[in-house]
Amino acid sequence: MPAKLRAPGWYRAGMFAVLGVAFAYTLVGIVRTAMHFPNAWTDGDAVTIVSLIAVPLFFLVGIGCFDYWFYWVSGRPTRPEDHSSHGATSWKDYFRVNTDHKVIGIQYICVSFFFLFVGGLMAMLMRAELAQPGMQFVNSEEFNGLVSVHASLLIFLFVIPVFAGIANFVLPLMIGAPDMAFPRLNALSFWMLPVAGTIMVASFLAPGGSFATGWTAYAPLSTTMPLGQLFFTVGVQFAGASSIATALNFLVTIITMRAPGMSFFRMPLLVWANFSTSLLVVIATPFIAASQFFVLLDRALGFQFFNAFVGAGKDGSVLMYQHVFWFYSHPAVYIMMLPGFGIISEVLSVKARKPIFGYRMMAFSLLAIVILGFTVWAHHMFVSGMQSWIRIPMMITTAIIAVPTGIKIFSWLATIWRGVLHLDTPMLFALGFLTTFTLGGISGVMLAMVPFDIHVSDTYFIVAHIHYVLFGGSLFTIFAGIYYWFPKMTGKMYDERLGKMHFWATFVFFNLTFGPMHVIGIQGMPRRVADYAQQFAPYNLAISIVSFLLGLSTLIFLYNMVVSWRLGPRAAANPWRALTLEWQVSSPPPIFNFDAVPTVVGGPYEYGIPGAVHGIFQSPAEAKPVGSVATSPTTE
Amino acid sequence: MRRHPVIQMVVIGAIASAIGIALSFWIHWFPVDAAKQDKPIDTLYHVLMIVSIPIFVLVTTVILYSAWAFRMRPGQEHEDGPPIHGNTRLEVVWTAIPAILLVSLCSYAYGVLTDIEQTHKNELVVKVHAIQFAWSFSYPQPGGRTVSSDQLYLPKDRPVRFDIDTQDVIHDFWVPAFRVKIDTVPGIVTHLRVTPTRLGSYPIVCAELCGLGHSVMRSTAHVMAPAAFAAWLSREQAPVSAGGAGAGGGGAPTQAQLIALGRHTFTGDGGCGACHTLADAGTTGTTGPNLRMLRGQTQAQIRQDIADPNARITPGYQANVMPQTFAQTLSAQQLDGLVAYLATVSK
Repeated sequence: MPAKLRAPGWYRAGMFAVLGVAFAYTLVGIVRTAMHFPNAWTDGDAVTIVSLIAVPLFFLVGIGCFDYWFYWVSGRPTRPEDHSSHGATSWKDYFRVNTDHKVIGIQYICVSFFFLFVGGLMAMLMRAELAQPGMQFVNSEEFNGLVSVHASLLIFLFVIPVFAGIANFVLPLMIGAPDMAFPRLNALSFWMLPVAGTIMVASFLAPGGSFATGWTAYAPLSTTMPLGQLFFTVGVQFAGASSIATALNFLVTIITMRAPGMSFFRMPLLVWANFSTSLLVVIATPFIAASQFFVLLDRALGFQFFNAFVGAGKDGSVLMYQHVFWFYSHPAVYIMMLPGFGIISEVLSVKARKPIFGYRMMAFSLLAIVILGFTVWAHHMFVSGMQSWIRIPMMITTAIIAVPTGIKIFSWLATIWRGVLHLDTPMLFALGFLTTFTLGGISGVMLAMVPFDIHVSDTYFIVAHIHYVLFGGSLFTIFAGIYYWFPKMTGKMYDERLGKMHFWATFVFFNLTFGPMHVIGIQGMPRRVADYAQQFAPYNLAISIVSFLLGLSTLIFLYNMVVSWRLGPRAAANPWRALTLEWQVSSPPPIFNFDAVPTVVGGPYEYGIPGAVHGIFQSPAEAKPVGSVATSPTTE
Repeated sequence: MRRHPVIQMVVIGAIASAIGIALSFWIHWFPVDAAKQDKPIDTLYHVLMIVSIPIFVLVTTVILYSAWAFRMRPGQEHEDGPPIHGNTRLEVVWTAIPAILLVSLCSYAYGVLTDIEQTHKNELVVKVHAIQFAWSFSYPQPGGRTVSSDQLYLPKDRPVRFDIDTQDVIHDFWVPAFRVKIDTVPGIVTHLRVTPTRLGSYPIVCAELCGLGHSVMRSTAHVMAPAAFAAWLSREQAPVSAGGAGAGGGGAPTQAQLIALGRHTFTGDGGCGACHTLADAGTTGTTGPNLRMLRGQTQAQIRQDIADPNARITPGYQANVMPQTFAQTLSAQQLDGLVAYLATVSK
């Protein structure tokens, strides 16, 4: 066999993918023959379903995610000291399996943003269709597909992984670690993502069109849909497995690899945020995996979990799907928000030149959200026909979870109060986030109120709310974070003027796109419809036009990132005069992050205290106590 | 001019909140009020707005004021703000006040909920049946008979209880003018209570994504004067236009009766028109094929198309879109009628 096919890489991955199809075909043929099924060797549906699971696994083996472990299992030398796969010297290195957390972080971010643009284009197609009542550009099958793939991509392939990507790059640097705790697992987590995204996008090629049941995939609609539905069912498994593995990695990294002196209450809030998020992911994500396995078994093997019309006993339980699904998918909205809270804390403190106001309350409120986040899932089901008493406790917990969130908002306001505000791009996005997220939080409290929710659930009010939380919330924090760490990640500076243009275009067009959706929702326009009543036509036309401008505004960002990365001026090690550890090394950081192990001697946000430092590059033995200035917080 | 900034902000914030609240009353948010359930929900919304707007204004005012008053000025590039780490009293305040506010709002909302879901003695029971992609309604009558309709007719001022079921997937029964909705859940019957208070016709909307025809799964609710409703009900009970399942009288129906029953089934119980365009029935659905194409088909072929839609799929359309349950859900007579009707109009 030629060396190219034996060495890990794209050639071997391609060969293994073909092997995967062959494996699936043979397995299905043999099993169906043994079961005396008709068309044992020609059933395309069955082969596709097994291929969906087999081909990605074969691909991951082929590209080299498992080489080290296979060597170890088979007793061959594992080359533990070989760091040849660390660091990236050319763009090609980003297309290989790499165990360097900084390379993986950038891989994560680029792949996620690719899917942001794909999902965004789908939104543009939907808005084109919705510009006028009636059907113009797509048919209802394609429209439902666009709705579903748009949401699934942006949730599972953008917001969740891009936060994992930012944290992958920044978090080990912030806690003074040379890498993540499990670098090879980290690489495997990343490579499952493009696999999941490809599966979801490829569903458009399936006979019968892509999955079209919304990202919620409610049974029994999802168990009776054409083949494309399975692409969601299986794609989510890979995205979910990736999430779980990364979260475990973060937890172990944070718990065991902090630099000497970095107690939990000296961790930057981004680390706290990812600690909380990882707890949520590890506990909640198996539930969505389960819900989708139920659907897979129902759809592919006729298990009848959700078929309420089977037999005399009518065995299936339709509501169970929703309970299991939302037990993940409500915590998921915090999985998509808490890391953003962490980014905002970093940006606001550094850009306002003030310590975070109420650091401990900020950390505790994150943990409060983690716990409360598991007690509110059924607020998605107020009109689902579940036992009606459940609505009352869920209403109360849903309202109460706004308290820790409110604490964070007010603490951020107090942080910028009397500071010295550097109003550059990351700061503008952070301040913009505070306003749009407050609106999203307020509409969230409104939705907690059962009688109002009964009227507006499944309407455009919900669409408005989730976009205020996920676009005005998460995406604004992502933009803030990307601009803020761009110099550290690339070693170059972005163009400030383009950055500000991008912010103002995004902020204005975002509000004009999603603000009016509250109104048409309350007026009675349901969500997920390709066609609507004439009375909503003027609003929808206006929304569509502005949404195209919102879509165009992302091109400013893309241009700024690409051109600045290639041609931008060199960035200093610490252009923002920040105290956290990642800014104390060069931009971009050295291959193993720190030449000497840093020792943390104070809090991460001691701005305004003369001479305060967070970490020093001496071992604990060498480090002398630096006095009380940096270690004892003062209170006004 | 040199007033304390906090006082300035309070004044500006109060004015902005007042304008915001006034605006929230001026905007026409809701569809028309057509049921007793509407007022409490609308009032709840306005109360929520009165509470929310000052909070939003507070946040925005602090941000805008800070961005203006504390922005970095030339020469401040290397200055820092004061090292304030927290203030326990403030933190207690902004934990306690929102918590109290939220719990009070919940109690109020709980009151509204009990109010709108109150049961009544003289409830009119209407059964709502959902199928991809049509609604049908039936009115149980004394003596076990049932009146069926594809549009909803309700008497004004009488409390109604809807018993809602589905023959396939989850739908959601929603009349925006009544403000209330509930999912139709396979395997269980869900309930909804409404007291219509305003004469008129209002759209019925399926609010839960239920497949290809979701956006055309619509019907109309007519609120009528009690006398008019009674007249409609007795007219529907008359044997000539009886379309209800099992409503067959004595003797075999004539061909004309069959065709009439078929047309009634096409637009009514069967819900065919929601997906199929048929000029004679005046329907314009586009989810399934236009039934012009039935020209030249035998009655047996048409019957197969209804009972086993996957047997022959029109090019350009997908299998499994049309429900495969019509042979069970329609009575034998309704099926005969449909076949006769379709064979006649497509000749």
